[in-house]
Amino acid sequence: MTEIFGVPLPALMGQLMLGLVNGSFYAILSLGLAVIFGMLNIINFAHGALYMMGAFFAWMGLTYFGIGYWWALLLVPLAVGVVGVAIERSMLRWLYQLDHLYGLLLTFGLALIIEGLFRDQYGASGLPYEIPEQLTGAFNLGFMFLPKYRAWVIAASLTVCFATWFLIEKTRLGAYLRAATENPRLTQAFGINVPLMVMLTYGFGVALAGFAGVLAAPAFQVNPLMGSHLIIVVFAVVVIGGMGSILGSILTGLALGVIEGLTKVFYPEVSATVVFIIMVAVLMIRPRGLFGKEK
Amino acid sequence: MNQNLQRFGYLALLALLLAAPLVAYPVLVMKVLCYALFACAFNLLLGYTGLLSFGHAAFFGTAAYVAGFVLRDWGWPTELGLLAGTLAAAALGWVFGSLAIRRQGIYFAMVTLALAQMMYFFFIQAPFTGGEDGLQGVPRGTLLGVVDLNDDLKLYYVVLAICVAAFWLIHRTIHSPFGQILKAIRENEPRAISLGYDVAKYKLLAFVLSAALAGLAGATKTLILNFAALTDAHWHASGEVVLMTLVGGMGTVLGPVVGATVIVVLENELADKVGSLVTVIMGAIFVVCVLLFRRGIVGEFMALRRRWSGSTDQ
Repeated sequence: MTEIFGVPLPALMGQLMLGLVNGSFYAILSLGLAVIFGMLNIINFAHGALYMMGAFFAWMGLTYFGIGYWWALLLVPLAVGVVGVAIERSMLRWLYQLDHLYGLLLTFGLALIIEGLFRDQYGASGLPYEIPEQLTGAFNLGFMFLPKYRAWVIAASLTVCFATWFLIEKTRLGAYLRAATENPRLTQAFGINVPLMVMLTYGFGVALAGFAGVLAAPAFQVNPLMGSHLIIVVFAVVVIGGMGSILGSILTGLALGVIEGLTKVFYPEVSATVVFIIMVAVLMIRPRGLFGKEK
Repeated sequence: MNQNLQRFGYLALLALLLAAPLVAYPVLVMKVLCYALFACAFNLLLGYTGLLSFGHAAFFGTAAYVAGFVLRDWGWPTELGLLAGTLAAAALGWVFGSLAIRRQGIYFAMVTLALAQMMYFFFIQAPFTGGEDGLQGVPRGTLLGVVDLNDDLKLYYVVLAICVAAFWLIHRTIHSPFGQILKAIRENEPRAISLGYDVAKYKLLAFVLSAALAGLAGATKTLILNFAALTDAHWHASGEVVLMTLVGGMGTVLGPVVGATVIVVLENELADKVGSLVTVIMGAIFVVCVLLFRRGIVGEFMALRRRWSGSTDQ
């Protein structure tokens, strides 16, 4: 059997794929954080909780209403987006004039509420969610077996990430959005409804988290605590990459997932902390982050 | 007049605390004191320097573990155990502080949170922490070889003395020239820089002081409850200390004490009644405080008094 540095090739490739799967989640979540931060100047601590909510909505849809995976992939992000819009309208919009810290604190409180409610209802142990039958099984690539679902997660999240990039960087709507990020008052003076765009941006950002949650449901177990650990790692990813660039967020997320996967093979003791260690290194060498524009 | 009122307030509070174990369960009051100290240490950073650390549980937890370990496994005397915990937290504070002050505002909060999570994983894996079980059965020992601390009442007065001393130190710091510079940094950092202050140095010093005092609180907590556990270092604990400061009033001297009292007593009351919904209630308090009540209890009270005295002057 082929070996690389004493590790069998299939094992190495397996961890690499798993790393890419995790990296896709980092990418899609840090992208949502960056989009929201750009427009609202708020770091959305509830992002992890809304990701968890997405996974639970998928599970609830299947269990209570018989809504399958493919419909969930469409409907759940909408539902989470509606929750986001409600949060923005009822709470966040009162904080735009204040220090950024209040947005972080408010969304932290929301994260506690959401997580606590699901934990109270469903306990802390995970609930299973079946992989849809079209995506069960694996491709035989000759040198390894690639589970179809993992390939699908990577493909789907990359597609969504690049669609978001295209939407923001290449379309007219995206141009309005970037204008409103640069100078909201002037943009409003040109007749663009900035408060509406702010609301939709938050809704869209958390819908991305909801989408990631649906993708995660069959890959991991559906667990009330699945979001809180992930969000802290994603914060580290955001610190490493900086929130200035969309492509930067996507690349950083993927790269860190891969590095984490490789660490599991070569030095498993630090696999849980490697992202934080890289963050420390980046802070020492390039404090504003790899793609950062410090404000 | 104002100074006298303040002094009178402190003396009344001290008298209340001296008499507290006669009416309340001493261990609960000690726990309140511990968290009050933790919140005051945190407030030194958030309220007076304008730095939101979302990872203060790392210092609290590290000191709790270090103190527990040297007291139980190495049989160190109690006072050295407390000192070891505090110094360990200060050293960690220096490392985390010098990394975190490289970024500002919201990034500062994220960096401290991530660093604290790294410590949390370290404590899960490290052999000396007892993993999920924590460090159980830490002996209280005797203070200076004379006072037997296994008596709750005696321990209470020792803890009270520690907290009063630490509180005095914080009070002195806030009202010293050093404290004035910290406030200047909070209000307008570029101006503080242009006035020639080495802002990074002051921030780091404030961070280390805050971490050390948070550590003192953590080490004392181990002494009171006889154990150190993962919950001490969990991000929930970091969030809790933010909540205490917010509820009491950030940037006020007594706010964190009031906030810690409210939150610890509330958690104690609610734990049996609502179970896992405690988190939901804490989250709801967070949301309400941020939306409607940003000055906190002490801050609102002071604003009310200012308005009241202002209107009588007219």
